[in-house]
Amino acid sequence: MSAQPTALNRSWEEVRADFPILAQSINGHPLAYLDTAASAQMPQQVIDRLVWYHSTLHSNVHRGVHTLSQRATQAFEDVRLKVQQLLNAPSLKECIFTGGTTDAINLVAHSFGKAFLKQGDRVLLSALEHHANIVPWQRICEEVGAFIDVIPINDRGELLLDDLDELLTDRTRIVGVNHVSNALGTVNPIEEIIARAHARDIPVLIDGAQAVAHMQVDVQALDADFYAFSSHKLCGPTGIGVLYGKERWLEKMPPYRSGGDMILNVSWEGTTYNGLPHKFEAGTPSIAAGVGMGAAIDYLQELGFERIAAREAELLAKATERLGAIPGVRLIGTAEHKASVLSFDIEGVHPHDIGSILDSEGVAIRAGHHCAQPVMTRLGVPATARASFAFYNDDQDIDRLVAGIHSVKEIFGV
Amino acid sequence: MSDMRALYQEVILDHNRKPRNFGPLEGANRVAQGTNPLCGDNYTIYARVNDDNIVEAVSFEGSGCAISKAAASMMTTRIKGKKVESAEQLIEEFRAMLTGELDLQGDHSLGHLTVFEGVAQLPQRVKCAVLPWHAMHAALEGDDETSTEGDSDIWSKE
Ligand SMILES: Cc1ncc(COP(=O)(O)O)c(C=O)c1O
Repeated sequence: MSAQPTALNRSWEEVRADFPILAQSINGHPLAYLDTAASAQMPQQVIDRLVWYHSTLHSNVHRGVHTLSQRATQAFEDVRLKVQQLLNAPSLKECIFTGGTTDAINLVAHSFGKAFLKQGDRVLLSALEHHANIVPWQRICEEVGAFIDVIPINDRGELLLDDLDELLTDRTRIVGVNHVSNALGTVNPIEEIIARAHARDIPVLIDGAQAVAHMQVDVQALDADFYAFSSHKLCGPTGIGVLYGKERWLEKMPPYRSGGDMILNVSWEGTTYNGLPHKFEAGTPSIAAGVGMGAAIDYLQELGFERIAAREAELLAKATERLGAIPGVRLIGTAEHKASVLSFDIEGVHPHDIGSILDSEGVAIRAGHHCAQPVMTRLGVPATARASFAFYNDDQDIDRLVAGIHSVKEIFGV
Repeated sequence: MSDMRALYQEVILDHNRKPRNFGPLEGANRVAQGTNPLCGDNYTIYARVNDDNIVEAVSFEGSGCAISKAAASMMTTRIKGKKVESAEQLIEEFRAMLTGELDLQGDHSLGHLTVFEGVAQLPQRVKCAVLPWHAMHAALEGDDETSTEGDSDIWSKE
């Protein structure tokens, strides 16, 4: 989709002003929001779309003969079209609405798992995975008696693919890897992983939670079998996400959750299921959130992913250089290819204390294990502090982060 | 709380840098673990209670933020040598201070532990300060594991 000339001409300052939440004060300081990797903020355009939905359309979808229900259905299904375009998916049938990334991965783990995982089979994951792409697999593997193998990482947080062919065993049924690591920001070589897995006819699930808002994703060019993401990391509302899946897999997979909407016919003798994508969409979805996600997709496409990526790369480079120059600050995750996520720690200070002191100065970062405890264990740290950047951040946010880190060092005398 | 210097007082930083009674305890007959799954704080509390119901010795090990580590360290120095009942009394007072239920001007035996008073204004850090105390309570009661995400009413004031 081509960007509007007006959008292209807007300065980043004007773009930042689209985000009303950024204009407030926290603890007496202007907010420097550096936690986009947890949840991206919503521009006014998304908020307006939500208000529009709630004040003019709200009703149930796929169920009513009345006008409102038809309009709501139309608005919701329009979003599926936007999702299809966003991911360049071949078919609308392959774009399933879920509750989010976690829900999407659970769908694949349980449904693909039921259909294809047998006792003694193996699932290959990476050492960089979010708990959302670990725990559902542990559960299904336990249920069927399958095993999990792990693609290792080096100390910089890059996947080591040297032994990938050995890890893709005769019993490996699926590979799950994130496109971008939420803990370290590593952009993973998923094209290569997909190609090598496909050479052995093994499908690949990509956890795209940290990727979709920051780069152009093309599931056909990637040849991904499954691709999952969440609206709230895409400047949209919480409560909705997407699972893209190739039709040839989805057709063979049994329903995950069941109830209304996913059926064609129900009787006491038995039930026939609806076709794709509805087979995987039981019950009333988050309609409003879906409509809001549609507005977020419009917004990002209008800004343009190339422009977004360039802006975020610039912010990351600046922040990396400034933090790297502060004595005692250690950057954690220094992969060659990184998205705008900067994990770090300060010698002699626990990340939780860093987070509190920064918060007292209005700087919002995340401190903890980032739902990626195996990454922390592998790198030998209990937790990290993590600043993550979006195109709506600016140089002042970086200045504030740096000033906050100096306060931490001063308070702790390190 | 906007002034973090008031929270991170020198006593707290000192106990964080040089935790007292740190390490396993020989002959411990009470052990409990305290974890905060949200931030990864994780401590093991050891105690040795003698036949007269006196906490003869205590120690702790593990890792976490300055608030939790200093709280654990100062706790060990205060609880050592106390009768189990008075240890429990102190635990209760500490908890009440952090949940804003204790009148610090009134009667209490917290002493230096009032340096943690400011934590009460940071709801997301109350768990950090209470975690080792909660684990100590569990150890003295004979439970061996506690988590800040548990359903115990000790967290109900957050
Ligand atoms: C890489 C990655 N995977 C999965 C998730 C889970 O996303 P959600 O909580 O929206 O389901 C996240 C977000 O926390 C993430 O960063």
